[in-house]
Amino acid sequence: MQFIQLVVSGLAQGCIYGLIALGFVLIYKATETVNFAQGELMMIGAFSGLFATTVLGLPYWLSLAAAMIATALVGLMIERLVLRPILGHPAFSIVMVTIGIGYMARGLVTMIPVVGTDTHSLPTPFRGEVFRLGGLVISAEHVVVIAVTLILCGALAAMFRYTKIGIAMQAMSQNQLAAYYMGIPVKRFSGLIWGISAAVAAIAGILLAPLTFIHANMGFIGIKAFPAAVIGGFTSLPGAIVGGLIIGVVEALAGFYLIEGFKDVAAFVVVLIMLVVKPTGLFGERLAKKV
Amino acid sequence: MRFIFKTRYEQDIQLFQHSGQVFWYGLLAAVLLVAPLVVSPYVLTQLSQVGIYTIVAFGLMLLAGFTGQMSLGHAAFLAVGAYTEAVLAIAGVPFFVSMPISGLFAAIVGVVIGLPALRVKGLYLGIATLAFGTIVEEVIARAEHVTGGNAGLMVPPVKLFGLAFADGPPFYYLCLFMVLCAGLILINLLRSPTGRAFVAIRDSEISAQSMGVNLAAYKTLSFALSAAFAGVAGALYAHNIRFLSPDQFTVVQSIELIMMVVIGGLGSVHGAVFGAVFGAAFLISLPQVINALKPMLPQALAEATGLQPTIFGAVLIVVILFEPLGMYGAWLKLKAYFELFPFYRKGMFRRQKTFQKSDRLK
Repeated sequence: MQFIQLVVSGLAQGCIYGLIALGFVLIYKATETVNFAQGELMMIGAFSGLFATTVLGLPYWLSLAAAMIATALVGLMIERLVLRPILGHPAFSIVMVTIGIGYMARGLVTMIPVVGTDTHSLPTPFRGEVFRLGGLVISAEHVVVIAVTLILCGALAAMFRYTKIGIAMQAMSQNQLAAYYMGIPVKRFSGLIWGISAAVAAIAGILLAPLTFIHANMGFIGIKAFPAAVIGGFTSLPGAIVGGLIIGVVEALAGFYLIEGFKDVAAFVVVLIMLVVKPTGLFGERLAKKV
Repeated sequence: MRFIFKTRYEQDIQLFQHSGQVFWYGLLAAVLLVAPLVVSPYVLTQLSQVGIYTIVAFGLMLLAGFTGQMSLGHAAFLAVGAYTEAVLAIAGVPFFVSMPISGLFAAIVGVVIGLPALRVKGLYLGIATLAFGTIVEEVIARAEHVTGGNAGLMVPPVKLFGLAFADGPPFYYLCLFMVLCAGLILINLLRSPTGRAFVAIRDSEISAQSMGVNLAAYKTLSFALSAAFAGVAGALYAHNIRFLSPDQFTVVQSIELIMMVVIGGLGSVHGAVFGAVFGAAFLISLPQVINALKPMLPQALAEATGLQPTIFGAVLIVVILFEPLGMYGAWLKLKAYFELFPFYRKGMFRRQKTFQKSDRLK
């Protein structure tokens, strides 16, 4: 019973990792850039959610939508101002630029007087409620995280499967140049992808808020989402979620059964093993280069 | 304008290409040699720190700039060097023995991380090194009986030939000497066949392999050498800071080390030296400059804790957007402007667009 309890809380935490990883994968698939500031986007999302609930007084679900829109705008702006000028440059420069964005985001949030340096808790309608299922005790926060992740994945899958924009984005992720020749507005779509990915990050941030707290350094959790993305295969959307779940469960179990301190590195040990055994990840595409 | 006609192979591999370089490096050396007479002890400690970071930057330059391998976990190598040195120094091992051991130990760890690097490239390598760096940080925090854990570890001052090199000028000169050695090793390595092989791997792994470069051996060697530089720097770092704790060697530190090389400029051989020195100087001096400028800023802004990361991030973004070759690139442009004075045209250094070139298949 203890074991299942751990797995469930691991799954809820894993959903957060998965959602952040989903943001990485969305951006990587479409534009071949890796966004090291994804965790910081999540932090911005959480803070805008906090702003919407406490200052504007919006109800929880409405503030979720508001935070999504606000963070999506931030994502669009980042893509337009910083990423587009260096499109097509070596991965190294792009990684460094996104790291710089992360630094700036963290610094700017901390610079907001009083708010930035404190730890906040987000008021939620379901705080403290628990579900009992046999011998299991599942908190409402965990249920909401898992449910929202499922809904979001369904929505994204439907978008990529049935809408024109989604199909165009798939084409873009397979071959940018060919997509461009077929009349897909690659530049505009890469902005759109950044917006979607930022919105997903905002959801992750708001879902994470009841589990931990909102503070300027919560973006560092993004570093744990890299293993999730790699385990799933960096180019696979379902892989990101599966990778996140694996990391979450491994972490929960390692925290309970293994020596203290192993919990924090469990994700990284798993990713190192994965990279040695199967670098393309569980669902990664196998791409071959023609010389 | 200076023209250099090379008629013999020896001219091509000379350490200094022309008397101008001899002059500038000589001037830099002279300034650094007399520095202890002029500056305050605090600044001298900072200068030693610049020297230490310069050695790390040499290693990173070799790895990232010349072999094209991304490392986001370099603080781990620094940590391995620093803790090895600290433990040996406490055990009473003399510095000239313990320092090479620190470098060697870091190099061995470098080989360990270099091995998975054979299978993964680019971004995946970055994540592998990131993972590795986090694991090392955690191991140091947990191995309390050796490293003191989160409580930290005090490091005794350097002793060489019975003389205390505690701090002040002697330690500074020691750092300077090590920087000189490391720089010479780097420059000579880069003009050797090994260095050429590194550059070949960076430019194209496939063509390097078809030219007979053993990818596995050279990539591992590159990691080992880079780690050894960081390990030696770590040994000096331990004695300069005199107190080690795991939170000095985090992922953030690794990223700042990489930042240093990017801002300095990943360039040619002399660019590597220039970029490393100036990148290190920049990284150390930026917080000081920000502190110095604080009185000029509005009260609320100056007291905000986020000021420093914001400026760090902004500088990093601006450098990559406008000067991808870093400070060395800026220097080259300035030099070209004066050398070509009346004939300089605006678009001379315009970057070639490599639009939609894919890194994914590399």
